[in-house]
Amino acid sequence: MTKSLNILIADDEAPARNRLRELIGDIENTTIVAEAKNGKEAIDLAESSQPDVMLLDIRMPVMDGIEAAQHAQKLIPKPHIIFTTAFDAYAIKAFDLNAIDYLLKPIRIERLQTALNKVHALQPTNILTNSHAALKPLQKARTHLSIHERGRVLLVPIETIIYLRAELKYITIRTIEREYLIEESLTHLETEFGERFIRLHRNCLVAPLFITGYEKRKTDDENQWVAILRGVPETIAISRRQQHLVKQA
Amino acid sequence: MLIIIYLSQHYNQVYPVRKNSRLANFQNLGILLRILLIVNILATMAAILLSQSLSDFVSLLAQLSALVQPVLLLSMLGLYLLNPLIKKLNYWQGVLLIFVVTLGNTYLVFVFINQLFVIDTKPAIIRACLLSAMVTAIVLYYFHLQTRAYSPAIAEARLQALQARIRPHFLFNSINAVLSLIRSQPKRAETALEDMADLFRVLMSENRDLVPLAEEISLCHKYLDLEKLRLEDRLKVSWQIDDMPSDAMIPPLILQPLLENAVYHGIEPMPDGGEIVVNVYTKLKELHISISNPYAAQNDKHVGNKMAIKNIKERLQLHFDLESSLKAQVIQDKLKNNRYIVHIRIPATV
Repeated sequence: MTKSLNILIADDEAPARNRLRELIGDIENTTIVAEAKNGKEAIDLAESSQPDVMLLDIRMPVMDGIEAAQHAQKLIPKPHIIFTTAFDAYAIKAFDLNAIDYLLKPIRIERLQTALNKVHALQPTNILTNSHAALKPLQKARTHLSIHERGRVLLVPIETIIYLRAELKYITIRTIEREYLIEESLTHLETEFGERFIRLHRNCLVAPLFITGYEKRKTDDENQWVAILRGVPETIAISRRQQHLVKQA
Repeated sequence: MLIIIYLSQHYNQVYPVRKNSRLANFQNLGILLRILLIVNILATMAAILLSQSLSDFVSLLAQLSALVQPVLLLSMLGLYLLNPLIKKLNYWQGVLLIFVVTLGNTYLVFVFINQLFVIDTKPAIIRACLLSAMVTAIVLYYFHLQTRAYSPAIAEARLQALQARIRPHFLFNSINAVLSLIRSQPKRAETALEDMADLFRVLMSENRDLVPLAEEISLCHKYLDLEKLRLEDRLKVSWQIDDMPSDAMIPPLILQPLLENAVYHGIEPMPDGGEIVVNVYTKLKELHISISNPYAAQNDKHVGNKMAIKNIKERLQLHFDLESSLKAQVIQDKLKNNRYIVHIRIPATV
């Protein structure tokens, strides 16, 4: 007898979740360990329920299925991802390019069965953050950054981030509560979230919403402009090249 | 009675799609504006031709206008009043009537002016009538060409191409929702399938005739019931339609695609959903329809929305020309929340 397959389902529509629950109920050796209403909930629930498979709807509020799949790569053990979606021209095109498993709604039980059987045989699909060719056309800027910390995946909403500062190998993410470390490139983050952050310094992206003012500080040999931030005591130095931003303000 | 209803359906259509009439509708603002424009351009041309200098031109234009404008306005008024009669005549009888009206007016205006100023201008009357007849012919030929451009076949084909198409997203999600009901709530599944059948009957029919507003509203209710199935409490709709003229005639599928947009862009991206507000009322003989939904700033920029809006705009234009308008904008409500609002204005025809 094989081990029962633990499944997490995520869909914002209750009837769609019902339908999946009914179908999975008809398939032997499967257990639903968690049900989520959006991608963020799915990641949060996956922490404790440790699913083997995540069935993710693509279009969901708060965090969509594509982004949730990216964050799920940091979960241990890494779950298999199967997307579920109603007809969507983009999605179909993207999936045609690649073998990521997906189910078209309305889902047929045979199709679901096949997809789940494959899970038994295969290693989890590798969906690399930001670089999966098939998912590129579907990708929007992420709504959260995920941080892997002591065996857990923490989701930090983009809108709570005050600044991102590159330090050696890592990037420090600063929110009002605390700091996090992630391994990404500042340039990538700048292109992805260009609308939300401005580069005040070679190594620092700041959310203008948190800037309360600018101040001229006297350092050793010259005057240095700094940005004063809401909610945190530290200031961010502004490089000479970016000083026109101060004048605009 | 039935015939009257049928006629009234087409009453305000600029280029009646199905009716035999090839003459313009002289009760349509767009048509009247065009007549004004053409005649005045011709008058200006005449003034330019006859004048040597700018001051000469201005005085000549003023002189001409004193004669042209009364004839023009009286003729337009006459045609406006005679329009129901013109509609009943065949094309050449209609043309004849139009000539009688314009020439009659020219004659009357000139006789009146002659009596006022007591100058012997007998030849002038004949000249004026000749010019008036030529201008009338030019205007009629213009409308003839235009009607041909919008000929029933072409207009019908365009309307057919513009036929609102439902989003596949909605179709498949709805089928999925109905499937989920079959085991647990078969009765609700039945109702849902019936609603779907009604909805698709309208969507797939070749409906180009105007329909009573009440019919469109009932279709919208069925559509929203289906969406409620999927979105449950996230979808709230407030109908402000107490003052709505239920029997006003509107092009079919004007409201439903807008509601579909509102659900797709305004409700589905919100974790807690939101409220769609539908407001229908008449003001100054015009029917106003506005639909608003919560607006998420970082919404996915789906091209579907603009397509639907453009489609409806074009269909309104084919039906009502300049007498209708569609405006879409983002406004801030009392609670400082952004809302996306689409406002349609069409002539209220019963």
